Amino acid sequence: MVIQELSEAEADAIFRALADSTRRDILRRAIRHEQSISSLAERYTMSWAAVQKHVTVLERASLIVKERRGKEQIVRANLDSVRRASLLLDQFEQLWHERFDRIGDILGSPAEAPTDTGVPLDSAPSDTAPPDKEGTER
Amino acid sequence: MTVIDVNRDTEALTLTFVAEFPEPPERVWQVWADARQLERWWGPPTWPATFDRHDFVAGGESRYYMTGPDGDKAGGWWRNEVVDAPTRFEFEDGFADADGVPNTELPTTRTVVTLTATENGTRMTTVASFGSLEQLDQLVSMGMEEGMRLAMGQIDDLLAA
Repeated sequence: MVIQELSEAEADAIFRALADSTRRDILRRAIRHEQSISSLAERYTMSWAAVQKHVTVLERASLIVKERRGKEQIVRANLDSVRRASLLLDQFEQLWHERFDRIGDILGSPAEAPTDTGVPLDSAPSDTAPPDKEGTER
Repeated sequence: MTVIDVNRDTEALTLTFVAEFPEPPERVWQVWADARQLERWWGPPTWPATFDRHDFVAGGESRYYMTGPDGDKAGGWWRNEVVDAPTRFEFEDGFADADGVPNTELPTTRTVVTLTATENGTRMTTVASFGSLEQLDQLVSMGMEEGMRLAMGQIDDLLAA
């Protein structure tokens, strides 16, 4: 089975494009229905030019395509199912990355012995490790 | 913590995550089994999870909610299907309403967690499976958006530091 993977440059462009909530919203709408730039501009109370800028970033990442129809500029999502799946799974990947990082922090922190030992953390001998305030109050 | 492998299968719609921790499986198991530890990592830092029920046995259920910066709450539930300490945990994860009642109309995610002892500690593998592309789409647009946005924000902060 061949799984189509994105190139690094492609992934960078996509990541950058999706690092903005307005652009993610534009993409989500465009996945469901094609959108005109002027209708998007009304939705976000943002100038036509500002929306156009967001659209250009999405277009560079090949996430949407733009076409002129009469006086209107229409955008629609440019995602085949593999690409769409890859993008969606990307978001879960990010989520799990963060989770694993946090698990690593919990495990690596000496003040965080399993809490079911029944021994209050404060009662640890003071000469082994002082309470790690920085590590726990994040 | 070292991430060994991440694999996205765009046909089977699974996401596999493999990482190694220096601690033994019995210790790593605790981050799943102990609700107080679990709630320190399940939600993003600005949407921390609170597990008010965590019946960590096969056939048991868990209920949690995540609290946003504005006090908004997003509920979730787990159905814990396989709980074999300290090696294997399988659960179904779904959305719940504000009172913690599972919403069965919305898609769920099935996740299989495997802990294997290695020479240097524990290898943890999580495999999340999604029912269909439409479900995956719905999941992302509903629940994951917040986590995604915050994760991105954290990355931005790191880059700016």
